[in-house]
Amino acid sequence: MADLILAAPEIFLICAISVVLLTDVFLPGDQKNITYSLALLSLVGTAAMTAYFSVDETVIGFSGSFVADPAGSVLKIFAYLMVAICFLYSRDYLERAGLLRGEFFVLGLFGLLGIMVIISGHNLLTLYLGLELLSLSLYTLVAFNRDSGICAESAMKYFVLGAIASGTLLYGISFLYGVTGTIELQALGEHFRESDVLSLPLILGLTFVIVGVAFKFGAVPFHMWLPDVYQGAPTPVTLYVGSAPKIAAFALAWRVLADGLAGLHENWADMVVVLAVLSLGIGNIVAIAQSNLKRMLAYSTISHVGFILMGFAVGTEDGLRASMFYTLTYVIMAAGAFGMIILLSRRGFEAENLEDFKGLNARSPWFAFVMLMVMFSMAGVPPLVGFYAKVVVLESLLAVNMFWLAGSAVFFTVIGAFYYLRVVWYMYFADPLNEESLEATTDLRVALSINGLVLLALGVFPGPLLDLCVQVLS
Amino acid sequence: MDLDLPILSFLIWLPIFAAVIVLWLGSLNQAEVGKSVALAASLFTFAASILLYTGFDATTASMQFVERVAWIERFRADYYLGVDGISMPLVLLTTFLTPIVIIAGWEVIRVQPTQYFAAFLLLEGLMVGVFAALDGLLFYVFWEAMLVPMFLIIGVWGGERRIYATVKFFLYTFLGSVFMLVALIYLYLQAGSYSILDFHELPLGMFEQLMIFSAFLLAFAVKVPMWPVHTWLPDAHVEAPTGGSVILAAVLLKMGGYGFIRFSLPITPDASQALDWLMIGLSLIAIVYISFVALAQQDMKKLIAYSSIAHMGFVTLGFFVVFSVALNGNGGDGARLALQGGMVQMISHGLISGALFLCVGVMYDRLHTRQIRDYGGVVNTMPKFAALMVLFALANAGLPGTSGFVGEFFVILAAFQANLWLAFVAATTLVMGAAYTLWMIKRVVFGDITNKSVGALQDIGHREFGMLAFLALAILLIGVWPAPLVEVMEQTLGQLIEHVLQSKL
Repeated sequence: MADLILAAPEIFLICAISVVLLTDVFLPGDQKNITYSLALLSLVGTAAMTAYFSVDETVIGFSGSFVADPAGSVLKIFAYLMVAICFLYSRDYLERAGLLRGEFFVLGLFGLLGIMVIISGHNLLTLYLGLELLSLSLYTLVAFNRDSGICAESAMKYFVLGAIASGTLLYGISFLYGVTGTIELQALGEHFRESDVLSLPLILGLTFVIVGVAFKFGAVPFHMWLPDVYQGAPTPVTLYVGSAPKIAAFALAWRVLADGLAGLHENWADMVVVLAVLSLGIGNIVAIAQSNLKRMLAYSTISHVGFILMGFAVGTEDGLRASMFYTLTYVIMAAGAFGMIILLSRRGFEAENLEDFKGLNARSPWFAFVMLMVMFSMAGVPPLVGFYAKVVVLESLLAVNMFWLAGSAVFFTVIGAFYYLRVVWYMYFADPLNEESLEATTDLRVALSINGLVLLALGVFPGPLLDLCVQVLS
Repeated sequence: MDLDLPILSFLIWLPIFAAVIVLWLGSLNQAEVGKSVALAASLFTFAASILLYTGFDATTASMQFVERVAWIERFRADYYLGVDGISMPLVLLTTFLTPIVIIAGWEVIRVQPTQYFAAFLLLEGLMVGVFAALDGLLFYVFWEAMLVPMFLIIGVWGGERRIYATVKFFLYTFLGSVFMLVALIYLYLQAGSYSILDFHELPLGMFEQLMIFSAFLLAFAVKVPMWPVHTWLPDAHVEAPTGGSVILAAVLLKMGGYGFIRFSLPITPDASQALDWLMIGLSLIAIVYISFVALAQQDMKKLIAYSSIAHMGFVTLGFFVVFSVALNGNGGDGARLALQGGMVQMISHGLISGALFLCVGVMYDRLHTRQIRDYGGVVNTMPKFAALMVLFALANAGLPGTSGFVGEFFVILAAFQANLWLAFVAATTLVMGAAYTLWMIKRVVFGDITNKSVGALQDIGHREFGMLAFLALAILLIGVWPAPLVEVMEQTLGQLIEHVLQSKL
């Protein structure tokens, strides 16, 4: 019974999904707004369950395969928030595009369930289970616009590469199991704290697990799927793929690397450093060459992943907190950026090219300013929250004397600043390609405005969120 | 004198909130009201900043008007403000110039006027923040945030190649600053807080000092700018609107100098001493070589931009000559003279270069060209304007009786105590400065009218006369009676010299 209470939010969510799914089946096509409302309600309910059944310290249940801890609860709450924002931003767009179908919300919620299972997974197979649940929902979501060839193509790519990555991860897990005789994270952690002797199977297992995790993050050189998926998927799906699953990727890396394999940190840290520097370099440089905003944001994601991985490479508690703070703030920024693309899109017109942002200041000064905040935050310019995300990572790097890593991080940040600046100059310095005013519903406008202001507010007062990350990860 | 009013916070946040109100008025199509609000806010800020001067205690070197509230506990970073004799004059310079810039743009800015004025108000608040911040992280936040409005000012209201210029400006400054951020975080990890005053007392090894000094150098040298990282400045100046050029030359460049005197010298004194030959060399290159470059310019704004680099060379020369002065000369007094010279030069150059850019702006508004050859004989049609412009040009050339003379004289005097040849090379700038400035004046202002459009020029009205006259007054006042300015910084600089000459090793 105690175990079931630990998993109460997950259980509630799966019941709620079933209700949403069944209701949706009986709803006529023009009343899908009810599905939307129900989906949001289930998110609120799940959040309430998480808050009510939250724990003050780490509790492990289901014979060691499930864990509830404060950091997990925080990550889950953020994941709900991101999914809710995604639904909120998407409804109007989907309606205009004739895509407002119940499946979007049901799949979105299933994906969220997968994220929650990853966050709470405490053995390698539970983690794998959550990952597959999330991935399958994402593959389907990417192909959501079934009449579009480009959607189908990117979904196919995503599926094939994703399946290989999952296989790799599973393969690595099997090696780890073979070496240690356990898949439970605590037992793994104890095993490696006692003996850090590297054998060939262990090296293989470690490498394959890292590759699997890197793939889910989209770190270079396992990033090939990311730009295609971001560009090919309908924008609401890109928004979904780009936000909440990043929290899951962080959780996966945290549970597996920083928790289970902590004893082997010295051995995997170098691999992560290589991944991080490559991601920062290639992500930032290639993003400069993009003319499609979604693709540019994909490469920008890759570069941000580089920063998140640096926190893991540090290997201290501070590094982990820095990564968590970076992840949480990054998803807020990403939501703002994709929200802006949704805002500018109209029926039959995707505002996904950089050109479409030209002269936005003349059309809508306020939303140009919101996008300016998102871009400068991503570039790491104070007083926006993206700046502190970089500061905490740099601090954790310098605390362990990883100077050249910190140096390369700031160097690539400067290179990255260029393409964020380009968006701003298109909005402010160029003449608009069309003068039409924005046609967006009030809820989208309000939500997006709040999203932008949150970046500024957290930028002026980052203290509470920083303290939260310290508090839950200690 | 201890006032409990949080004047510094007021000087930072009043312009920023006024900027929000101006933007809001702009969205209601109340651009005229917005302009008036902007002007009122900037004047009110200036009036409030006078309290800083009247309430300032020149007999102490410690920080005054201190405000300290915990800000980010995770970093032990505080909202920590205060001014001493170094920063107080710079705050006043900022608040004095902002209303002038707003008046300068009053009738000229047609595109998005409220955004223009709001950007300058925002910039004012952030610039005061840079000078007043005593917490490293807070300083960095203001320092970087300032790039955003400046980026927009050049990009939206600038000239033909504005996008190239503004992106270059942003990336150059950003590249310099991020390494300073790394240095600040490193200092924080060593000192356990972000307080700049704690950084001053922090013992550091020679290698650490050299690394930190280099990181600071990158940030501040770009900002000053020093040769060879000065190339963004002529581009930015030429393309920026008049107001942008004024603020850029008058205040933004001073932040580099301020950084050297607030961070580099006291935090890494031994590295500064070890590398002073480098800094002096770069300063002399800026003074001599850039003066020759200025001589060759056809564009008035570019000429003043290069002249700015040369004049800022005096500032860095004054700051880094202190070690050789202290060794060769009569110790602390000569070194303090050098620092005073650098500081006076910063304030004076802020006023003079600002005034010259305004003069170019006045002519540009009428003929829409900045090329020297398009003018000639302006004095015939615009006598009032010509009188003022000649005054500013003479001040730029370092004429005694103007503020331009005081700073350069102090620095050269101090340099004599270090090395005769050093002083000799530095003094050539007085000749060179006179050459390029007066030659420009000769071609633009004097002579016969060669161009029909110059013949049709209207002399300046009350608005333009007023803003230039205020600057002229300030320049003459400092030139004739520099004592009030020198006195407020005396104690602070004296203590700084003592601190800097004491090795941290």
